[in-house]
Amino acid sequence: MEACTVSKEIAILGVGMHPWGKWGRSFIDYGVIAARAALADAGVDWRAVQFVSGAATIRNGYPGQVAGATFAQALGWQGAQVNTSYAACASGSQALAAARSKILAGECELALVIGADTTPKGFLAPAKGERPDDPDWVRFRLGVTNPTYFALYARRRMALYGDTVEDFAQVKIKNSEHGYENPNARYRKRFTAAEVAASPMVANPLRLMDICATSDGAAALVVSSLDYARRVGRAAAPRIAAISTVTPTFASATIEMPDIATDSAVAAEPHSFRAALPVKAYEEAGIGPSEVSVAEVYDLSTALELDWMEDLQLCARGEAAALLRSGATRIGGRIPVNPSGGLACFGEAVPAQALAQVCELTWQLRGQAGARQVDGARVGVTANQGLFGHGSTVIVKR
Amino acid sequence: MNAKTERPFLEGWFAQDADGAHLIGARCTSCGTYYFPRQTRFCRNPACEGEQFEDTPLSRRGRLWSYTDACYQPPEPYVASDPYVPFAIAAVELDREKMIVLGPVVQGVDVSALEVGMPMELVIETLSETPTERHLTWKWKPAP
Repeated sequence: MEACTVSKEIAILGVGMHPWGKWGRSFIDYGVIAARAALADAGVDWRAVQFVSGAATIRNGYPGQVAGATFAQALGWQGAQVNTSYAACASGSQALAAARSKILAGECELALVIGADTTPKGFLAPAKGERPDDPDWVRFRLGVTNPTYFALYARRRMALYGDTVEDFAQVKIKNSEHGYENPNARYRKRFTAAEVAASPMVANPLRLMDICATSDGAAALVVSSLDYARRVGRAAAPRIAAISTVTPTFASATIEMPDIATDSAVAAEPHSFRAALPVKAYEEAGIGPSEVSVAEVYDLSTALELDWMEDLQLCARGEAAALLRSGATRIGGRIPVNPSGGLACFGEAVPAQALAQVCELTWQLRGQAGARQVDGARVGVTANQGLFGHGSTVIVKR
Repeated sequence: MNAKTERPFLEGWFAQDADGAHLIGARCTSCGTYYFPRQTRFCRNPACEGEQFEDTPLSRRGRLWSYTDACYQPPEPYVASDPYVPFAIAAVELDREKMIVLGPVVQGVDVSALEVGMPMELVIETLSETPTERHLTWKWKPAP
């Protein structure tokens, strides 16, 4: 007898965001506004939510580190179960994964997932004090910032595949055209190649316009069991088909933030972490890269978007720039990448960003993305990566 | 003469001997995996339960995996000179250890002098200075 397969899918009933920017308000305000937007979008009363899953922000004190409870209190304590997840840039996906586990385990039917942040200006810097045991302290002491790593990857692409700085600029230009149409984006301006080339060099070969900013912002999702979705007449709602939050596999062969050295691959095969994240998601969803209609990837830099396209297997290794040049990754092309405008137009709001990716895919799959709409979008995929072996890929389908 | 005291910015991470500068790594005595920074407790190879390590000098030379520079002054704890002087940064692949190690590039060598794949060697140079002290670090330098 064939083993029966249990669906691992959950429904996305509602999505909401607080626009990205530098608003000078508390992350709690942004989170509540996004949560209320998601609840309204779902047609769900806050008091019916059984599980609140928050993505933590580490720069906003104790309330940020217990974000789930902070949002629950701000929305009005109503006795829901609560969770807070921290996983750097993948925090939102981890919070979503917690909600999915609760739902699939039958411990709740309806969950609210929230991520929000208020970020400082400039480089993200480490905590104070002399801490030689902390790799984050060591690398900043040496002058190695986040753009250092983005630039190392970008230069590597140029040397290996012949990518050019003009290619990188084209990523910015494409994403700025996409984000121009997005009311939640922080930067809504169409950039030209000349403007990108005239922006100051930050970390050769990357210029200021190649590197994403840090922003305030919030995103929230209302998710439920498929059974609940059917009962409330939302059987056709987009579904989460997979969430991958795997760790790297030793020996991790790419130099990663915040480390100053890779694993040594003398006793184990070298592995790519970025490439491993989508593999688990595609397997879990039973969906292949050729079925993907639209992708939201973590363009911390313009060049990194090209790396992600290859890691998501949207094209062969080394061919992302050619795909970009062909126009395939623009809205209207074969496989649009970052129709939201991506981090290029949003800037990074760490705990909200992975959820914002899922919000965009949900709008795309519902056909509600307005001028950003990818025609006939059926399967969307996200990718992101942060510090300390965290990253995620989420697959959304309808 | 008021010579400044010289000290490594991190104790026990690198050294200089008659043959030149080297990083001080550790090697798992069970599976042979190298570590930098040194690892002395548990081997991170999931197939190895090694808890014994020997300190070992890492290769002084490697090939340039990639490179960049820091055009803007990095935030603290970086200690900048006044005025700030941009510097290049190298990621160098060590053949024997099969690992990549980051480091600043020596003063006076900017990205225009660098090329992926070129041989690099380790040297010790000043990272930062105070009125009384000079803090030393490892740096990468194009090798002949």
